Amino acid sequence: MASLWRYLLAGLGLAALLVGILAVVYLTAPRSSQPAVPDVSRTKNTDNGLFVASFSPERGVVRQGELESWLLTLKTKAGAPVEGAAIAISGGMPQHNHGLPTSPQATDYLGDGRYRIEGVKFTMSGWWQLHFAISATAGSDTVLFNVVL
Amino acid sequence: MRHFPRVLTLMVAVILAGCGEPDFSDTEKKTIASLALSALPSLKPDTTNRFADVPAAAALGSTLFFDQGMSRDGTVSCSTCHKIDRQFQDDLPQAVGVGHTNRRTMPLAGVARDPWFFWDGRRDSLWAQALTPLENPLEQAGNRAAYAHYIKARFGERYERIFGPLPDFAGMPLNASPLGNDAEKAAWNAMSGAQRDAINGVYANIGKAIAAFERSIEPAPTRFDRFALDLVTGAEPKGDAAFSKEEILGLKLFIGKANCVTCHDGPRFTDNSFHNTGVPPVADLPPDRGRIDAVAQVEADPFNCLGAFRDGDASACGELRFMVKDAPQLIRAYKTPSLRGAATRPPYMHAGQFSSLDEVVAHYAKAAPSVEGTSEIHPLELSDRERAALVAFLKTLAE
Ligand code: HEC
Ligand code: HEC
Repeated sequence: MASLWRYLLAGLGLAALLVGILAVVYLTAPRSSQPAVPDVSRTKNTDNGLFVASFSPERGVVRQGELESWLLTLKTKAGAPVEGAAIAISGGMPQHNHGLPTSPQATDYLGDGRYRIEGVKFTMSGWWQLHFAISATAGSDTVLFNVVL
Repeated sequence: MRHFPRVLTLMVAVILAGCGEPDFSDTEKKTIASLALSALPSLKPDTTNRFADVPAAAALGSTLFFDQGMSRDGTVSCSTCHKIDRQFQDDLPQAVGVGHTNRRTMPLAGVARDPWFFWDGRRDSLWAQALTPLENPLEQAGNRAAYAHYIKARFGERYERIFGPLPDFAGMPLNASPLGNDAEKAAWNAMSGAQRDAINGVYANIGKAIAAFERSIEPAPTRFDRFALDLVTGAEPKGDAAFSKEEILGLKLFIGKANCVTCHDGPRFTDNSFHNTGVPPVADLPPDRGRIDAVAQVEADPFNCLGAFRDGDASACGELRFMVKDAPQLIRAYKTPSLRGAATRPPYMHAGQFSSLDEVVAHYAKAAPSVEGTSEIHPLELSDRERAALVAFLKTLAE
């Protein structure tokens, strides 16, 4: 009987040790609070399906820490360019509790539904979000692009 | 059961040995390479200052930087606070010039690469920055008319060889400035527009010469850079390029769990941006709200990039045109300082709030909320060993 108790106690002790080790491993492991990889597609339907929006760096590459121009291309579902749109831009880093380091603006209409967005700057690597509020004769809609550096 | 202690010792030994090995993941290696000085791109030309890379302008700028004649009472120069043998800073919590200022002197290595100047970024070019302490009553306390006269008297020939003929000062007051005392303001207002432009032109050129000199102040390679180079090239780190286990742990924390690299990134360990990190204000100093109050100042500065004294075209003014103007994130946000050389120049933060790196790391671990606005820092669970390791790593950036 006594030896059974001893085994039980030893078992409990080992279990406690295991929990302790697991806790240490868990606490010291690099935090990967990053949820599922964000959708980084460069072409999307706007939230209410009014437009098809594409967002890409004007010079093809994204360089961290530099002011860059991007192009926002707006088409209707039928593929016709959206002209004369008013565009407001906001965004930030969802995991760092801060907004964009600059305030990008649509500065030029280049034809064929293409708008130049100037003043885009990503100061650090990680997950950025750019949110566009678009208003044109066809109506108003919004779209969010994720950029991961 | 008798073997248990021995097994445990063995296990611990294996774990510790494992931690000490400089084995980095590919992502970690990539990050480390991005921090090395060898990743620093060469200095871009400053099109807003066409004298930026003119050697004679830099030479005159150097003279002016160290010249105490460039102050109201002839006792203060830029180098009074930006000491050449102290990383161009002064080791004080707040700088002292003609008076006691409210902020800590910033070191100048690599400063020409910044888009914004001062802790709050209230100037947008190196040359516009230099004009501010010259007229600040707590720093050099002079006025622009007096500086223009002084340049003509002391350095007239040198000036004209670089910038062309000085204006005719006949009939201009000896002391005048839109920012001076009442008498200086009155004198400024009594001047004609052409006279004011002439004085402002000379004043801007003083800034451009000093900026040309400051472009030569660059960071020097450190132990970390030698370690990083070896790591990236796969060479066995030798001599002082080899990191101790503690330094490796510190580096891993810096780019990993402690999140330091999110703001202190790139070869200068700064993202050149502004953040509220919850650094507490200093009790006896006037209220300081950081970036949020600097926006209007840089917009109003006649020497800013969109003003009349810029060389080149306005395409260089993107930072000013697209700056964030009124977001809550700007409240008590300060410029991320470079961490190169930081270990050997306490105290720390914009008003010297912390006197050691231990205090800095304790601040980040605790992540106290900001007195105003929202701190971007989240509390960290760091053991004593990990805190010491972070400090040990920061020291490798100053050796
Ligand atoms: C009285 C001491 C003092 C004097 C004199 C002084 N500075 Fe400074 N300097 C400071 C302080 C303090 C700051 C930060 C001030 C702030 O943020 O408001 C600073 C900031 C700077 C910066 C910005 C660095 C950065 O990273 O943003 C530069 C550049 C600079 N000073 C250059 C100069 C030049 C050039 C002169 C001479 C024309 C000069 N300073 C005179 C104390 C001084
Ligand atoms: C959210 C951005 C951010 C993060 C993350 C961050 N820092 Fe900082 N750091 C700053 C800013 C901004 C300052 C200046 C704050 C001030 O003066 O009010 C600063 C100042 C410092 C200083 C003082 C340098 C000087 O010259 O005064 C040190 C040292 C430092 N940070 C180290 C670290 C370490 C170590 C970590 C990680 C534990 C870290 N930082 C994480 C933004 C950040």
